[in-house]
Amino acid sequence: MNQTRFNELHKRLGAKMVEFVGWEMPIEYKGIIDEHLAVRTRAGLFDVSHMGEVLVTGKDALAYVQWLTPNDVARLLPGQVQYTALMTPGSTFVDDMLVYCIEKPERYFLVVNAANVDKDFAWIAGHTQGFEVRVEDQSAAYSQVALQGPLAEKILQPLTDVDLAGMKSFWWARGKVAGVASLVSRTGYTGEDGFEVYTTDPEPGAIWTSIVEKGTPLGLLPIGLGARDTLRLEAKLMLYGNDISDKTTVLEADLKWIVKLQKGDFLGKPVIEKQLAEGLQRKLAGFELLDKGIARPHYPVFVNGRKVSEVCSGTFSPFLKKAIGLAYLPIEATAPGTEFEIGIRDKMAKAKVVPTPFYKRGDKK
Amino acid sequence: MYPSELHYTKDHEWIKVEGDEALIGITDFAQHQLGDIIFVEVPEVGKDLATHQSIGVVESVKSVSDIYSPVAGKVVAVNDALAQTADLLNKDPHGQGWIVRLKIKDRKELEGLMKASDYEKFLEGLES
Repeated sequence: MNQTRFNELHKRLGAKMVEFVGWEMPIEYKGIIDEHLAVRTRAGLFDVSHMGEVLVTGKDALAYVQWLTPNDVARLLPGQVQYTALMTPGSTFVDDMLVYCIEKPERYFLVVNAANVDKDFAWIAGHTQGFEVRVEDQSAAYSQVALQGPLAEKILQPLTDVDLAGMKSFWWARGKVAGVASLVSRTGYTGEDGFEVYTTDPEPGAIWTSIVEKGTPLGLLPIGLGARDTLRLEAKLMLYGNDISDKTTVLEADLKWIVKLQKGDFLGKPVIEKQLAEGLQRKLAGFELLDKGIARPHYPVFVNGRKVSEVCSGTFSPFLKKAIGLAYLPIEATAPGTEFEIGIRDKMAKAKVVPTPFYKRGDKK
Repeated sequence: MYPSELHYTKDHEWIKVEGDEALIGITDFAQHQLGDIIFVEVPEVGKDLATHQSIGVVESVKSVSDIYSPVAGKVVAVNDALAQTADLLNKDPHGQGWIVRLKIKDRKELEGLMKASDYEKFLEGLES
């Protein structure tokens, strides 16, 4: 298994370690529910060093990233970040990702899911014909932490020369964090305010230990992958492999907002235009259970007694204290309030479609 | 460390004999492995259980685990408190976190179960 550069620190904090896509990662420390609620009410610190980083440079870098993705990269100024995807010609997903504009038009930093690093790098390096670009996989060099929660700025500001109060959501800046040269962005995967800190310093430990030292008296907890999943699901953030895949289109996944047709040509555009004209057959919908039980990935989903799909993501929401999830439903069954059924072991449990996200920053319990 | 009046199984259930009845639950090791428990599916009172038949299911945020009956018997009571406070299984797994009360079918089955000291040795073996 790979280990991040913070591995020893997790073990010292008593983390329960598991294997995740070839990495030894903390699944929980104090407990998923405590960790989840800490992020929603105070702050939490995540080691996300397993994520992948791909640098695209050259005179055609902007044009190339613009071709590979559905969102409009050209509107990004240096300092801005954008959520987007790598699309197949059929408008299904290779991965979802963040694009950081480092220099326009010649330097873009792509951050991709840990599970897909090799696949994504091969994809990004494999479509360059006709573009003068250089593609580098920098994943091994980077360590990354995420500090998320209402107290994130208060905890991080004393540790960095980056002006956090002046940093808007989905912007980034370079500076030092705990003395370590870093890139800091106001981004995250929890639905809360927060920051992600990237560094190529081979000894990034001070970033973790300083944030823990500064934050613990304010109620900060270290957070494992277990709570990372419950947090992102409440905020209806996608998980590749569960909610989006090479079998789901960008429109079916309810991600039309990342498609900017007016920006020009891109991989998958003709199919998206065709789907817009024809209409959708199915769409990703959020649901909550009405009967007792928890819906989990792959449980069968039934509409009017007929199996239509399987649960994509599902868990017990620690904040809402109810069982929630996502599934692809026939388009006529996706209106909020629509009731359907999920097979949980040998019983059928009633569920209903609800608007998403399940949780928005600032919601009170 | 583990209560000496209980007997234990390799699947981390405990059983407490009280006359010709027994209480069954999951051990501290099991609750720790599962994490925060949110939901327990219990059988109906009156159900006949075979040895090692699934009593029900314990769900934590991230996992689902079957619980198996260490012995055969008839369910005479289930712990209703678990419907409201499933985390009793985390807080007091050997006491208030009991799951079912069975009328034991064959007392001889108890002989195959582990004593507290055997269970502790078994756990040590798992960790190595």
